[in-house]
Amino acid sequence: MLRYHYHRLGRIEWESVSPPPRATRLIPRRASATAPGVTDTSANRPLSFQAMILRLHHYWSERGCVILQPYDMEMGAGTFHPATTLRALGPDTWNAAFVQPCRRPTDGRYGENPNRLQHYYQYQVILKPSPSDLQELYLGSLAAIGVDMGVHDIRFVEDDWESPTLGAWGLGWEVWCDGMEVTQFTYFQQMGGFDMKPVAGELTYGLERLAMYIQDVDNVYDLRFNDAGVSYGDVFLENERQMSAWNFEVADTEALFDAFRKAAAECENSLAAGLPIPAYEQAIKASHTFNLLQARGVISVAERQAYIGRVRDLAKGACGAWMEKNGWAA
Amino acid sequence: MTDFLLELRSEEIPARMQARAREDLARLFAAELARAGLAATETVTYATPRRLALIARGLPEATAAVSEEIKGPRASAPPQALEGFLRKTGLTREQLTERDGVLYAVSERAGRATPEVLAEAVAAVIRAFPWPKSMRWGAESRSTESLRWVRPLHGILALFGEQVVPVAVAGVESGAATLGHRFHHPGAITIGSAADYVEKLRACHVVVDQDERAALIRGRAAALAAEAGLVLVEDEGLVAENAGLTEWPVPLLGRFDPAFLDVPPEVIQLTARVNQKYFVCRDADGRLANAFVCTANIAASDGGARIVDGNRKVLAARLSDARFFYETDLKVPLEQQAERLGKIVFHEKLGTVADKVERVARLAHWLVEEGVILPARGEDLASLADMAERAARLAKADLVTGMVGEFPELQGLIGGYYAAAQGEPVAVAEAVRDHYKPVGQGDEVPTAPVTVAVSLADKLDSITQFFAADLRPSGSKDPFALRRSALGVIALILDNGLRFPLGEVVSRDVLDFFADRLKVQQREAGVRHDLIDAVFAAERQRGVGEDDLVRLLARVRALQSFVGTEDGANLLAGYKRAANILKKEGVIDRAPAHAGAQDGEAHGGSGLLRAREHRPAHEHVPAPQHLPLSYTPEKDEAALIAALDSAEPAAAEAVAREDFEGAMAALATLRAPIDAFFDTVTVNDPDPAKRAARLALLARVRAAVHTVADFGRIEG
Repeated sequence: MLRYHYHRLGRIEWESVSPPPRATRLIPRRASATAPGVTDTSANRPLSFQAMILRLHHYWSERGCVILQPYDMEMGAGTFHPATTLRALGPDTWNAAFVQPCRRPTDGRYGENPNRLQHYYQYQVILKPSPSDLQELYLGSLAAIGVDMGVHDIRFVEDDWESPTLGAWGLGWEVWCDGMEVTQFTYFQQMGGFDMKPVAGELTYGLERLAMYIQDVDNVYDLRFNDAGVSYGDVFLENERQMSAWNFEVADTEALFDAFRKAAAECENSLAAGLPIPAYEQAIKASHTFNLLQARGVISVAERQAYIGRVRDLAKGACGAWMEKNGWAA
Repeated sequence: MTDFLLELRSEEIPARMQARAREDLARLFAAELARAGLAATETVTYATPRRLALIARGLPEATAAVSEEIKGPRASAPPQALEGFLRKTGLTREQLTERDGVLYAVSERAGRATPEVLAEAVAAVIRAFPWPKSMRWGAESRSTESLRWVRPLHGILALFGEQVVPVAVAGVESGAATLGHRFHHPGAITIGSAADYVEKLRACHVVVDQDERAALIRGRAAALAAEAGLVLVEDEGLVAENAGLTEWPVPLLGRFDPAFLDVPPEVIQLTARVNQKYFVCRDADGRLANAFVCTANIAASDGGARIVDGNRKVLAARLSDARFFYETDLKVPLEQQAERLGKIVFHEKLGTVADKVERVARLAHWLVEEGVILPARGEDLASLADMAERAARLAKADLVTGMVGEFPELQGLIGGYYAAAQGEPVAVAEAVRDHYKPVGQGDEVPTAPVTVAVSLADKLDSITQFFAADLRPSGSKDPFALRRSALGVIALILDNGLRFPLGEVVSRDVLDFFADRLKVQQREAGVRHDLIDAVFAAERQRGVGEDDLVRLLARVRALQSFVGTEDGANLLAGYKRAANILKKEGVIDRAPAHAGAQDGEAHGGSGLLRAREHRPAHEHVPAPQHLPLSYTPEKDEAALIAALDSAEPAAAEAVAREDFEGAMAALATLRAPIDAFFDTVTVNDPDPAKRAARLALLARVRAAVHTVADFGRIEG
């Protein structure tokens, strides 16, 4: 997924096709046993993984968000969800929250790394226009899942976001809790190459990372998924092993190249028919197929840039058609 | 006189932008005031992550009334003139004032209340603020014309004395309230005036003065280390960054598992500093200790125990990653890693990194073989050449290691560790480690022969390759940092005294590029660029491009100290007088013939002795033809001829020996005879024979001086 290029002599930079990893390093954190909100009153212990998600759903639902279910396609980040990408465009008010499974084939470690996964969850909140108390709303959500700001150091550290494949960028921060990045906080400025009118605020929580912190667990597979004895490992360990093997070793690269071409062609076919939503789905498919090809190590450095450009053109085309279909001026 | 307080409160301003923002605020505000004829007696600015503030002291209550008078035509002037003036001023005849028969348009501009001026100034400053990156936000951003600020702007505190200056920008209205610390004091606080701003904020857990926060961090971090029996590794960049990330900084010391100390200390320090903004510490023996100092933004109710614990775990995870990469990388020999460089494009026009490595390896070998880089005492040339080539082949291999993938800043350094670990000779490992150096002005310049060979070859290769592909720097654009590379080459050559005629490995345009860089670099070192030009010009007149930087600068330095002496200054004056006369008389400077006893001989010192036929440097410059005089020369004329007879060969021989002080000394002997000649001898003698002979004499003077430098290029 990484591309070397000489930026300056003697310097190399990395560029990733997926948005920068947001929750690949998971650091546990001892939770306060007595802190309000952290404790599951029935069991007197910190929130389970699913209870934390339910709290977030509840919190954002109460604040007027549409609570969506995950999009049923593979994607590298919650930002790819049409509820973020397409809905961020245009003048309409749009507030939504959802969990999105993220696939980063090259981050797979066969279930052997305590905090790197090729499949993990992001909690995504998108609020348009960005409310003036977005920071306070966000901090309220941390309190709701049990983070006590009297003893923890919460910081907003500059981190501007850019997605070369979506033609998107924004300004914001990574939010640190005791030095650990727990959330990416972004004010989108452009999407698909279009200025945001109005600007949307996006919050992306790394759920496994937050849960490890709250549950004080060092290994992601040891997370309590629920309060009935099921661990994260019970749910996902075998999945990580098999999917890592498939991503890195087995996936038929000819079929993948073919899938990429077909997705690109279908995207254009849909655009020609004036159907931006199916076109955007094909752009998502092309992007993920490209990520798989990367994991298989069959895309040369020279080709990589061309593939990224191709995906960006598809995504931009879909965004442009979506704008046009809705009658929104660029 | 009254003080004005302005605070612009926003969401978190990036730490790196705060210092510049304070300067911009002061500058823009002062400019706005100046437009209204106001100036503060003193201006102070503050920045925290959430606020940018300014206090302007000593403002009057109102601006002074201004009376403006425009002179018009005479009262007796024809009506057309009067009509024109009335059109221009928009007045009627009755409104004009007559004085001494002349009409004037007088306009009185009343003074304005200062708060009114301030309100306009604040709005203008906000709208014009030059943030390096700015954004739109909220419902207002339905228009792309909405206000841009670094992050959403939430509050304007504007007090003139105790009075609120009413300002409304992009839906934000000014008032007397602000907020305290985000967690310690989230509620509103009312500020009375500029006088209580700093202290009221402090009471609400905000240290608004960035310098005070920096001092607090610096002092407390050092004290914590000392209490633990350690020494803080000072880092002013980190101090400033942490001061820019906190309103209430609380340094805390934590420990990490000493087992991580197996990882190279640079790696630990880098990940602690760059990823986590932590300070590191050394023990009494100067070794890196298993301790870090983080800076929290709250005084935690548990004394910071949980914050330290959380930060320790984050660092542990970072160090685990680093150790994983380190151990994994060590399992693969560097030459095996290097094979993968064939898959990395160096530049689309210049092939892969492997191609570059091959070129650099050959050039490094050649530089030693040709005697540009000499072995240390007791080493032989062949083994040095082989080591240089070996080091060059390994130098870029770390680019494909996991460690450099994770920490690109470690390239070179980590390769050096890996080379040492796989048993390479120390000189090779050091060359791998240091071959990027020097990376900037003030960076350490390598002196170890193997390192110098690889570093020089790497940089020369980049410069010549990018030039050949027509990817040279232009204007402010230098995407491949070739200017920095050229400065690196210059520093390597000069610091190591390498006798290296660059012209043999680079093209003419690259040589000119080096000459420009040299002037820039030497200007910073206090060397006058006109003197460099003077030496270059003298060589060019001889049909030779000076490309031996060591020799060039020795000559420039000698010239600089010479023109600083009285002899030098007077000789320069005499030269200029002679040159002016010659110019006026149209006596051109003859291109010297390339004949000379020393042509083709080695010019002392260790030099590159190739292709000498292409570069006849330092040949003896023949004296102009000595025509026998048809008359008896005057006393001072004869003296000058005699002085030239001895100075000419002395200067030329000294130049050939590269004894530039000697050459200057030889020239200095001409000074008194030239002065005397101009005092007593008439050049423009009515006798054409005398006139011609004396002009020829002056031409000899000019030519003799040019042996050393073209004094015509020297300023002053």
